[in-house]
Amino acid sequence: MTTIQTATGPEQTMVLNMGPQHPSTHGVLRVLLELDGENIIKADVDIGYLHTGIEKTAEALTYSQAITITDRMDYLAPLSNNLVYCLAAEKLLGLEVPKRAQYIRVLLTELTRIGSHLVWLGTHAIDLGAMSVFLYCFREREELLKIFELVSGQRMMTSYFRIGGLALEPPVGWTNHVEKIVQTFPSRFDEYEELLTQNRIWIGRTQGVGILSAKDAIAMGVSGPSLRGSGVDYDVRKYFPYSSYDEFDFQVPVRTEGDCYARYLCRVAEMRESLKIVRQALDKIPPDGPVKADAPGIVPPQREKMKTEMEALIYHFKIFTEGFAPPPGEVYQRIESPRGELGCFLASDGSPKPYRMRMRTPSFVNLQALQKMVEGHLVADAIASIGTLDIVLGEIDR
Amino acid sequence: MTEIPDLEKNHIIAKIRGWRPEVIAELISFRGELTVVVRRDHLRSLAEFLLADPDLAFTYLSDVTGMDRFPIEPRFELNYHLLSLSRRETIRLRVRIPGDDAVTESVIPVWPTANWHEREIFDLLGIRFEGHPNLRRMLLPDDWEGHPLRKDYPVEGPR
Repeated sequence: MTTIQTATGPEQTMVLNMGPQHPSTHGVLRVLLELDGENIIKADVDIGYLHTGIEKTAEALTYSQAITITDRMDYLAPLSNNLVYCLAAEKLLGLEVPKRAQYIRVLLTELTRIGSHLVWLGTHAIDLGAMSVFLYCFREREELLKIFELVSGQRMMTSYFRIGGLALEPPVGWTNHVEKIVQTFPSRFDEYEELLTQNRIWIGRTQGVGILSAKDAIAMGVSGPSLRGSGVDYDVRKYFPYSSYDEFDFQVPVRTEGDCYARYLCRVAEMRESLKIVRQALDKIPPDGPVKADAPGIVPPQREKMKTEMEALIYHFKIFTEGFAPPPGEVYQRIESPRGELGCFLASDGSPKPYRMRMRTPSFVNLQALQKMVEGHLVADAIASIGTLDIVLGEIDR
Repeated sequence: MTEIPDLEKNHIIAKIRGWRPEVIAELISFRGELTVVVRRDHLRSLAEFLLADPDLAFTYLSDVTGMDRFPIEPRFELNYHLLSLSRRETIRLRVRIPGDDAVTESVIPVWPTANWHEREIFDLLGIRFEGHPNLRRMLLPDDWEGHPLRKDYPVEGPR
């Protein structure tokens, strides 16, 4: 296991082992803190407790099968993971997805973003002593999980996006449930802001804490709201639009302070922007039309067709026994997940299994900045800094 | 999803050619993504050039991906995914590394974010990075034997 090299020698300082079983490390993060009294002199991050070899496992699965393991990386935003993998595979195949499926993907990933930010807000608040926010956030998140369950049959491990479109047509009347969320959520966000934004304890715990300058943030590869809180407007949805994001009208909230409070404001504003996108997507989604690309041999045929058409039956058999083989080549697809730039590098050697699937997960890269944020500050601020980075250990360790 | 029509007209390529034409070993364009294959000993100087040149300004290193092409030699491949925030451009640098000499120069002085990426590649693929300040295993236990992402390391069964 990791040992820490003390900077000043053992007489003046003590080494505190935080985690891996510590509630405020949001999973199994271990941080070794060298302390002088209550001040952190050095912080060493130790990860890998949740490593399950997802990238290696994917090499033994077909392209369609590998979707199911992407869910399990960032378990707070499974649909974002599905999306990046499917987009990468579609890029590799040169496959165009129907507009209707693209809009539904946008709608669901934005709901995922809200759901993920709600968990972040709740847990961040509970770390800093505000219990009630946690309960409210999880109440609202439940509404979102019900929608995921409605469309995919699963609350969390959805695997709803497939290569070429969606797994299945969403049920009749599902948009009414989304409509309800669009109407009720803004007032809920107001409630959280009422509890926190002007709260003196909240401001005291977050303002001026965990400061990350724009220069440092870029150098460390930080992305997502953690980067935008430092005054850099990098958002993949705007910089490199995917899945028709260029057709949506939304703002990217940016703050320049670079502290925990700025990142808090960014994320809350982002949830409101996500609702705007959901609203627009509801209007854009055509009432009917295909949700899967017309790509025999890649997209499984409809059940009905299999009963009447020989070709459909053959394609179905081939897809589920041997899979399909994209042309040899490598692609890198990036999307804006709730935590930042989520990238998927997919290499094909012309066989039906990915030769290499690499996930560039935002939490992994963002966590690198922790050292810079906590060294020279108080232990209590380390809790705030870990919380504000919004890490998910599942995607850090993969 | 358009292919980059003419590699010769690409301004990034032109810039690199104008600086030191010999660093480019090969150019690959696939699905609209540009890959510059660089010789191993030129990687660090090209990285510094891409960061410092004001017309390129690749300040953001998104990702470093290692890959094993076993049994093809040179078996290892490193892919550096760069992003220019001011110009909204991306490029991929690729370095090929032989299996019997799996070592390359670290790019941490250019992009500090490479630190953990390189550690992870060392851990899972066994490629060493010269000049890395803390090249230890990252995801696997310190006493683990082998490098799981190598192609001669089985997914299951005895190793």
